[in-house]
Amino acid sequence: MAYPSGFKYTKDHEWVDLAGDTGRIGITDYAQNQLGDVVYIELPEVGARLKQGQSFGTIESVKAVSELYSPVTGEVTEVNTALKDKPENVNKDPHGSWMIAVKLANAGEAGALLDATAYQDLVK
Amino acid sequence: MVSFAGWEMPVEYSGIIAEHLAVRERAGLFDVSHMGEIEIAGKDALAAVQRISSNDASKLQIGQAQYSGLMTTKGTFVDDLLIYRLAPSHFLLVVNAGNIEKDYAYIAGEIRAAGDAVAVDASSRYALLALQGPKGADVLQPLTGVDLEHIRYYRSAHGEVAGVRCTISRTGYTGEDGFEVFVPPQSADRVWQAILESGKPFDVIPCGLGARDTLRLEAGMRLYGNDIDETTTVLEADLGWIVGWNKEDFLGAGALRAQKANGTARKIVGFELLERGIARSGYQVHVAGRSSAAGTITSGTQTPFLKKAIGMVYLPVEHTTPGTEFDVDIRGRQTRAAVVPMPFYKRAK
Repeated sequence: MAYPSGFKYTKDHEWVDLAGDTGRIGITDYAQNQLGDVVYIELPEVGARLKQGQSFGTIESVKAVSELYSPVTGEVTEVNTALKDKPENVNKDPHGSWMIAVKLANAGEAGALLDATAYQDLVK
Repeated sequence: MVSFAGWEMPVEYSGIIAEHLAVRERAGLFDVSHMGEIEIAGKDALAAVQRISSNDASKLQIGQAQYSGLMTTKGTFVDDLLIYRLAPSHFLLVVNAGNIEKDYAYIAGEIRAAGDAVAVDASSRYALLALQGPKGADVLQPLTGVDLEHIRYYRSAHGEVAGVRCTISRTGYTGEDGFEVFVPPQSADRVWQAILESGKPFDVIPCGLGARDTLRLEAGMRLYGNDIDETTTVLEADLGWIVGWNKEDFLGAGALRAQKANGTARKIVGFELLERGIARSGYQVHVAGRSSAAGTITSGTQTPFLKKAIGMVYLPVEHTTPGTEFDVDIRGRQTRAAVVPMPFYKRAK
């Protein structure tokens, strides 16, 4: 699966899709493949304040539980609650299954994340 | 791939959920060659098996298998195992991969007192393929001259599969109908390929350790190292049915008889979560009226077929009645759970 060139990526295998001062956050195809069948996702409430690298929730597959780390600092403005009932969407469409939207507190942070090429090299 | 008792084994081929559902709905094929095989033979083989096994092997007909325990003198599990009677004085014990050396040393030492019998670690002579699921007989029958309809549950027969001399056993670790086929290791690949080929019309797929674990848990089967070990007695594990209480003497008999008379302080139960989450092995459980943890979960997962979070835990006996509620500490969040009867899943006969 190709990694969208417009996204930014972390070494922890999250992606952020930026639009203005807001970024939607999800996990990469590599991450979902490592996890296997996702059966449960726990996400924060709207209004939660996150620091870059801080855990914003957990994702569980049949075989393991894993933390979700925020690629950026900011406030949660939206939560994709549809994933609660359809966690398998993360396996089917990892780059389309955003989990939270965050209003960035520090736009410079995102610039320092990996681009698609660098991320692809990381997981090669 | 993961390392497991010295073997490199796949956790999954196409995905745990797909593999789990294949076994429940059609059939799946597992390579469980890591399992150990110990043979006991000699004039006094029955007496030897009776000494080391908790269950009553005198009830076994030729070709029949029984689930049993290899117990410490305290009545706790050195291992759990399947015992086949291959011939009147020849038994085959199928043991857990991680316990082969420990079991063999223990058995070889303990059977000396039983008379003329010898134990052999034959693990390297057997590969073991498990074809599990309702379509198992349809898949296997075209490959063998053995009439599979005549192999009843927990019985076995000798014959050829795909031209290879095998022992075919109607057993498994999934809660589903199916077969376990003992094959010479050098022919295992050929039999594996033949079964997958024969299984194509039924969409039979290879299955890994992950699905093996979720399937056995749904079926309420204990896993050595998780649910039973040298700290848990057969009665605490609620497996009193694998004890031949009428036998004269066997390893652990004294301790188990005393425990049966006096009762146990704790017992394993099945549970399901009443709130969202997954309760995994190692998580602690809290019951009302106790400040410290009442137990630690031994197995737990989200099951693909029942689509529930289920598991097993040892609890004080006063909290083991079905319907009794308790809290599971899921990474700091108290999540409500209730005791339910096992097995969680039972196939339609």
